[in-house]
Amino acid sequence: MSDLKKQIIVQLNLKDLKPEDIGDDQPLFVEGLGLDSIDALELIVLLQQEYKIKLSNADDGPKVFQSVRTMAQYIKAHQAQKE
Amino acid sequence: MNIHPEKNLSTEKYITASCLISHSIVYLNDKAVFENKADSVSAFLDNAYQHFDLKYPKFYKMDNLSKLGVLGSDIMLKENFIPGKYQPAETGIVLMNASASLDTDIKYYKTVSEIASPALFVYTLPNIVIGEICIRNNFKGENAFFVFKNFDGKFMARYVNNLFDNGVIEACICGWLELIEEKYKLVLLLVEKEKTNQSIVFTEDNINKIYGIDNG
Repeated sequence: MSDLKKQIIVQLNLKDLKPEDIGDDQPLFVEGLGLDSIDALELIVLLQQEYKIKLSNADDGPKVFQSVRTMAQYIKAHQAQKE
Repeated sequence: MNIHPEKNLSTEKYITASCLISHSIVYLNDKAVFENKADSVSAFLDNAYQHFDLKYPKFYKMDNLSKLGVLGSDIMLKENFIPGKYQPAETGIVLMNASASLDTDIKYYKTVSEIASPALFVYTLPNIVIGEICIRNNFKGENAFFVFKNFDGKFMARYVNNLFDNGVIEACICGWLELIEEKYKLVLLLVEKEKTNQSIVFTEDNINKIYGIDNG
């Protein structure tokens, strides 16, 4: 999950954060990291660019982007499907 | 047209503070307060942000034009503007430049061939920087962004005076905010109705003098 945190920091320009500042289960939006709707779109771009995953169902977004852990689980599940 | 005669009496306004940023130097009220020879405009803006300890994490997400505008307005307002002195709707912003948002437009266009960047797309209008300054300071007054080939102090004086004289605003941040690739220049003025110890009258001549402080 450390790599994913690094990628999130780069993708979202969170220059004042280090990977260890982001908790595995910390909410990414609102009361957690305080990300906004543009950040959500950038996370979708990150999944496409780094993992070749297209979020096909927009309704999945809130679940997938709940925390770094849920993102990592989603990525793993997709990678397992491909194999 | 319903004209209020008392609102059309033109009275003097005053430049109560100014900030100029160009050629790696920040001037506050005509004095150089920061110089940093960074490799790029991005690095210079980030270094200035850290130097002035502005504490606004959203800064890093902005495009360079918005970074320049937020940086300049923060530096200028920090010690020269009392938050709450005016109602949010009483402070206006009037800016102009030559290249609109072209710097970011080009960067965005380059991403389109692969995956278009949402974070860049939202900055592909020049007036977004006004929104960023308004959000930062809770300003909700009249605003406008003009694109001119060159800085036009005469137009700026007339337009801003008109807003004051028609009772639209009580204070105004106005000036020039140009950035394209590695070239940039910001000249911001805080204009108010009341004199201060260091204020000068808001006239075309004085606007042009401040614009030329860096000889650029």
